[in-house]
Amino acid sequence: MSPPVNQDFISEAQEIVDVLNRDLIVAENESSTGGEIDPERVNNLFRSAHSLKGISGMFGFDSISRLAHSLESVLDGMRLGRVHIDPVGLDVLFACVERFNSLIAAAATGEDCNANVEDLTKRLEKVARGDAADTADPLEFIELGSEVRTVLTEYEEHRLKENIKRGRNLYILRITFDLANFDLGLAELDAAVKSIGEVITKLPSSKTAESGSISFDIIVGSDSNIQELSKTLGDDRIEITTIQRKQMVATALKKRAMPIPQKDTTKSDAIVEQDKNIEGSNSQLAVEGSEFARSSQDESASVKSVSQTVRVDIRRLDRLMNLVGELSLTKTAFLHISDVMKQQIGFVGLAVDLHKESRNFERRLSELQAGIMEVRMVPLANLFERMVRVGRKISRELKRQVRIEVSGEHTELDKLIVEDLADPLMHLIRNAIDHGIETPEVRAAAGKDPEGTVRLSALAQGNHVIVEVSDDGGGIDPEKVIKMAVAKKLVTPERAKELTRREIFNLLFIAGFSTRSEVSEYSGRGVGLDIVKNNISQLSGVIDIFSVKGKSTSITVTLPITLAIIPALVVAVAGRTYAIPLNNVLETLAIEDTTVSTIERREVISVRGATVPLVDLRHHFRMETKERPEVCYGVVAGVGQHRMALVVDELVGQQDIVIKSLGRRLQHIKGIAGATELGNQKTILVIDMVALINELAVDSAATEA
Amino acid sequence: MRKVLVVEDSSAMRGLIASIVDQVDDCEVVEVAGGFDALRQLPRERFALIITDINMPDINGLELLSFIRKNPNYTQTPVLIVSTESSERDRAKGLALGANAYITKPFIPDDLKAAVLRLLGSAT
Repeated sequence: MSPPVNQDFISEAQEIVDVLNRDLIVAENESSTGGEIDPERVNNLFRSAHSLKGISGMFGFDSISRLAHSLESVLDGMRLGRVHIDPVGLDVLFACVERFNSLIAAAATGEDCNANVEDLTKRLEKVARGDAADTADPLEFIELGSEVRTVLTEYEEHRLKENIKRGRNLYILRITFDLANFDLGLAELDAAVKSIGEVITKLPSSKTAESGSISFDIIVGSDSNIQELSKTLGDDRIEITTIQRKQMVATALKKRAMPIPQKDTTKSDAIVEQDKNIEGSNSQLAVEGSEFARSSQDESASVKSVSQTVRVDIRRLDRLMNLVGELSLTKTAFLHISDVMKQQIGFVGLAVDLHKESRNFERRLSELQAGIMEVRMVPLANLFERMVRVGRKISRELKRQVRIEVSGEHTELDKLIVEDLADPLMHLIRNAIDHGIETPEVRAAAGKDPEGTVRLSALAQGNHVIVEVSDDGGGIDPEKVIKMAVAKKLVTPERAKELTRREIFNLLFIAGFSTRSEVSEYSGRGVGLDIVKNNISQLSGVIDIFSVKGKSTSITVTLPITLAIIPALVVAVAGRTYAIPLNNVLETLAIEDTTVSTIERREVISVRGATVPLVDLRHHFRMETKERPEVCYGVVAGVGQHRMALVVDELVGQQDIVIKSLGRRLQHIKGIAGATELGNQKTILVIDMVALINELAVDSAATEA
Repeated sequence: MRKVLVVEDSSAMRGLIASIVDQVDDCEVVEVAGGFDALRQLPRERFALIITDINMPDINGLELLSFIRKNPNYTQTPVLIVSTESSERDRAKGLALGANAYITKPFIPDDLKAAVLRLLGSAT
């Protein structure tokens, strides 16, 4: 069995080579300005070569792998201080990058990529024959527990030795972080330490005080003393201990270290550092120059990158999106000024220009917004593929014959939503196979095809995407659901008689409900549909279930295509302003007392023949209730099959908003999705229509108690 | 369902390892891209096996391994290191730190599968 040639390999390999090239250019620049190449950069170079060797070997691209291997040895020597690189050496490294490019290009087009790379590997070998390694082991001279030593990689150990040789002070910083965001904390610490020294390694400590937090021992080398270090870090939660030197031997070592070439003493290092700063302003030019020279001299075909993709951290896109949100506030202000001007001086002269330019600005801004949105979107294909894999496995193990069909996999959704969809979707697939599809014998006896079908589909609909998991299995018996719900006191027997089919199926989403008495390995681990529903709600999605006994079950999940920036309706209730996301709003209408009727102590109105329950924010948020004004408005919202009308006093207008989280403490408040800024520095709350609708659906299915 | 944690920074390699482990009956793969993610994932689920690379950004595989071996919750969890042959020294360290097996990249898919089967078998 040989692994398939795939696009993943091509794009990752290309990405690695691009990074390699970039780092090499900076490294060349550093060394040509007389400085020392940043050790971290050399390590990055090594890591790039190492990764490339790893994946190319695995995916069967031997020549790339052989070349990467040679390159890796040279870079390994460099980072461990065994090889010193000169301009000639650097040229060989650049030649490798160019060769990689052409080899990857050949691999991408399926051409024979088993090219000869001996010319380059020979040149690399020559470079690798560097200075002899020095044999002294400085680690013998410091008080560092052997348990720390054993987890250091060769490179980290080398950096530790380097720091000792340079006479730097060594410290252990002990700090505890919240498990949720420790990487941010570490990144901050990294940045702080960089100004005065070097982080040699970060060891997660098993002596963690409490769960939910994690401690790290961070080994730092620095010329600063402990007071300076503590001041720079500026965080008194950090416990700093100094790693002691065994005094006498250390001096001896320092003397021995002196004659080693290319290693400056601490003092001259500082001077070099200064030189670098002075040269810094010229560096841009130098980089451009060398890049140009290189691209024109060698195989010109290889300059073009094969992979046309860029990977971007989604948080960067969030930042851009926030900016667009703020710009759109500015836009609103412009339009307002233009309106006032029109009124004051008439639609002439500058007022016309301002109006035109504001409109122009508005158009471009919405294009920009659409552009960023487009970048965030990914097709569901990858997720669906994973689901099919999992589904096949489950059916094999449960001994069901199941065909899994997929459609609409090219439908696109916000990347963040797709990621969070994996768990709930997997659960639904498991449910469909475990609870839905019968054993082949049962199916045959019922006159069905022994092989069951689970269908996974996606469909774009306006601002929403509907993902559906359906099966042609045994279906759900509504009678059984009601019996169970009554037995578990989730609904009174009287109420149970009045429930519609849809309401009955919705009972399945109430926490603690399970239609199976025996526990199955797959679906009966205390995680039920209520969790799935919760997960989906967090994505502002709504889940619906429908089933025909003996025939089929289908679960639909309706999701917004993004959570990043959305159009909203601004409304006023009892003197307060709120925003309602427009993607859930179907229509708005005027409400007069006469149109409101009461069914089962619930206010409802009739909208196009359908009865829609009213939700009055005054009551929902328990405001000091002023009377509802004579004329008020109903905002009719719908998600999936559910409808609801929100009563508001005034419709203020429409605006694009960026929803910001309220922070952990206020997160659990039902009915509030977050806060957003209107112009003029006003912050208002955003209504979570999905939560309100969900609450209503569960309420109406279950008892009032 | 036994869960297997795969810690590997190359997404192509991670995908490959996951697809091989996936072929083993009755186990499910959880993929993470580095040591930090692994530290976060560990308390969330009970893993029957952890497969990790050594050379990774943030914390390296040895540090992760040492953390796993010292923490009473995971002391018994088998760990399989999948790393490159150039790190011969790292291999020795890994085994000394308590890794249960070591596979060299590039590996033969069936070898990995066999190692996974063996380690899962000894887990319970």
